[in-house]
Amino acid sequence: MPGIHYDIAHMLGAVVLLLSFALLYQRRLFAIIQAFAAQSMVLAAAAAWQGYIQDAPHLYITALLALSMKAIAIPVALHRVIDRLNIRRTVDTALGVGPTMIAGVSLVTLSILLVLPVTADVTALTREDLALALSVVLLGLLTMITRRNAIGQVVGFMSLENGLILAAIGVEGMPLIVEMLVAFAVMVAFIIFGIFFFHIRERFDTLDLHNLESFRGERR
Amino acid sequence: MAFISLCIAAMLLLGIVGTTRSWLSRAHEVVHGGMALVCGGAALAVLLRLAAGGTEVDVLVLPIGLPWLNASLRLDALSAVFLLAVNLGGCLAAVFGWSYARHEAEPARVLPFFPLFLAGMNLVLVADDAFVFLMAWEFMSLSSWLLVLASHREAETRRAAYVYLVMASFGTACLLLAFGILAGEAGGYGFDAIRAHPPGAVSASFAALLVLLGAGSKAGLVPLHVWLPLAHPAAPSHISALMSGVMTKVAIYGLIRFLFDLVGEPLWWWGGVLAVVGAVTAVVGVLYALMQDDVKKLLAYSTVENIGVIVIGLGLALVFKASGVPALAALAMTAAMLHVLNHALFKCILFFGAGAVLTATGERDLDRLGGLIHRMPATALFCLVGAAAISALPPLNGFVAEWMLFQAVLNGPLLEQWELKIGFAVIGALLALSTALAAACFVRFYGIAFLGRARSPQAEQAREVDTVMLSAIAVPAVLCAVIGVLPKLAISMIEPANRLTTGEGMFDAGGHGGWVWLAPASAFGNSYSGFMMFMTILILTTLAVFMIHRYASNRVRRSIPWACGFTDPAPLGQYSASSFAQPLRRVFADQIFGAREVVDMPAPGETRPARFTLEMRDPAWDRLFTPVVRLVGWVADRVDNLQFLTIRQYLSMMFFALVVLLVMVAVSQ
Repeated sequence: MPGIHYDIAHMLGAVVLLLSFALLYQRRLFAIIQAFAAQSMVLAAAAAWQGYIQDAPHLYITALLALSMKAIAIPVALHRVIDRLNIRRTVDTALGVGPTMIAGVSLVTLSILLVLPVTADVTALTREDLALALSVVLLGLLTMITRRNAIGQVVGFMSLENGLILAAIGVEGMPLIVEMLVAFAVMVAFIIFGIFFFHIRERFDTLDLHNLESFRGERR
Repeated sequence: MAFISLCIAAMLLLGIVGTTRSWLSRAHEVVHGGMALVCGGAALAVLLRLAAGGTEVDVLVLPIGLPWLNASLRLDALSAVFLLAVNLGGCLAAVFGWSYARHEAEPARVLPFFPLFLAGMNLVLVADDAFVFLMAWEFMSLSSWLLVLASHREAETRRAAYVYLVMASFGTACLLLAFGILAGEAGGYGFDAIRAHPPGAVSASFAALLVLLGAGSKAGLVPLHVWLPLAHPAAPSHISALMSGVMTKVAIYGLIRFLFDLVGEPLWWWGGVLAVVGAVTAVVGVLYALMQDDVKKLLAYSTVENIGVIVIGLGLALVFKASGVPALAALAMTAAMLHVLNHALFKCILFFGAGAVLTATGERDLDRLGGLIHRMPATALFCLVGAAAISALPPLNGFVAEWMLFQAVLNGPLLEQWELKIGFAVIGALLALSTALAAACFVRFYGIAFLGRARSPQAEQAREVDTVMLSAIAVPAVLCAVIGVLPKLAISMIEPANRLTTGEGMFDAGGHGGWVWLAPASAFGNSYSGFMMFMTILILTTLAVFMIHRYASNRVRRSIPWACGFTDPAPLGQYSASSFAQPLRRVFADQIFGAREVVDMPAPGETRPARFTLEMRDPAWDRLFTPVVRLVGWVADRVDNLQFLTIRQYLSMMFFALVVLLVMVAVSQ
């Protein structure tokens, strides 16, 4: 049984990471949000599975939060934002697929090199989980900096936060409050972002941050 | 120890009293009188202690300080010698200030900080852990900075204070790093812990370099001396005397405490570096002093020279100590420490004299003084003693220290390293040059200010200052003479500190010659007796006076002075400060200081006067500080661009910084 526990947990973490890669090279806003929703869903499954194998009921709450908020509420809200702003077909220029993949794979390698020696004396599950989580965080950052559109950056930020949750659920004995706080921080950030979207849009007729930069006098 | 701590506490208290002038109308008298008593008491206490042998060590741990480190204080022989210099200077300055500060425009700007300044200096000397040391050091710097700012309405003063603050911060930063290195990974910040675990050779050398920069900037070593001639003249005269004669000595104490006590076994080349820096400082300082027309600036530059001389002594002591010749190390150390005491004394005389002249005439420009010996005979007499002592003329105290320093230099060929054999000869030559130039400098100072005829109406109407000020000038003058005639009194006080720092006392030819003869290197050959010198001078002078008055003329005659054939005896026709300095400036300084003379000669028939202007630049500014300032400005401009990045660029910056740090962690594993 422990063997399969480990395998399933490992697989769920790996799928989260895989969806990070998917997020990284999507070019259409719609697809980005879909990828993010899928990642959050897998994350919820991972949290539930961890709750089961660690026998920690509070992780079910985490799973529920992840599922309801990040897999359903936020993507739905983002879709509505896109609809209302009428930018459904907008292409958010990312780096080319090849370089993006190379950068992502290098980051994953870096996190494995980092985490495995540091955590030599903890269980294999936690080690793998931490390495995966760090990769997801770094890939989320990479997503943020390769996006021009504000929505793309927000999704990158949310995906980064998924990595944090993944780290939190993989460690035994992490109190629920940590995950709750992270979730609420993301909620607040999302609301603020939402308000900003509409303000930016109101002023510039676009969510492309390029225009914002030229307005601030940065493109000199 | 307890007494010194009480004295420091009393000084802090007086500092608080000094701020309360509004409700305490006699705060001025309370502060200056109180400081005179407290400093005098402290000086007397350490004097008695040193006279009684002074080898015991007192430790006091105060229940205040960092959470894991109580403030610990320690009084040993080395501290005691410097405490003597500091508190003697403090006592004299308080007495002088009692009367002098009445002429201050804004006394409230001096009163609170004068006691705090002395408290800070005292605390540095008794600190026994890095925390107390740095706190006290910074306390000393900041309170003296506020004193420099006393007449803050003048732009020049504000600039001086700014430069001083920058240099003081730089020095403290260097010392902080040095302590960090000395504390090592274990982080023992008590001096005992540092002594017990001396660092390795490389980190010790690095720490020594940092200390040289940190303490050197406070002491005024070239090229870190630039703040000194700005800050010292800006403060009131008794504060200038303290900053110049005493605070620089606290910096010297820092050097000695580090290099001879804390870092363990010294390396010989540290001493070489120290001696070379000292020699350059001495020569450059005295050359500057020789060019100055402002009395207080002249004295400030002369301090640079004297610090150079002291640092030469320390350097030689370090070389001898590292080469395993402790008796000669002790000789050089004695010379250095004696010069510390001496300089504190004669710099007090000279700065107080300058202050007295300033109150009497309102002038600091040498070319507007003159003839003061008739108007202010007592001040003139004491200043003559001070000028002779600082020029190292026997039988005064300046000569004893420099003579011993030369004895140490002359023993250089005993060393093994050929660099040192040659280096000692060069350093000896530079030392001799600076001594000779110092004599010229003070002949100029004294001759132009006190002799001849008044060059301005202010100088003509000068009045002698009151007895309080005069007594503050007289005491150090008498002490100069006493130490000069009977140097063994002072040397025996220094002896225990010597044993502490160099491991051995100075060689002394025991009963050979008894208490009048000084024979520091060997029993035969080089020996000196201030007393014999004094008696000889006394007898020869009496004889000469008697002969002149007996066989030549009995009367003083007054006649028209010789004015090179001109019949108009205007005072401006006299030899002036600039004309005195010109030949020496042309020989030594035109290249170094980039001096440029412009003579504006009117054509025949024009009625305007000819004008002579002289421009001099300090190469330290041109070659060191201006480029540094420019570099900082350039970097700041580049960094300024960071303010105008786009959101994505900010994010990328953070991201790449994170990745680089993670890669560093991964590689270091």
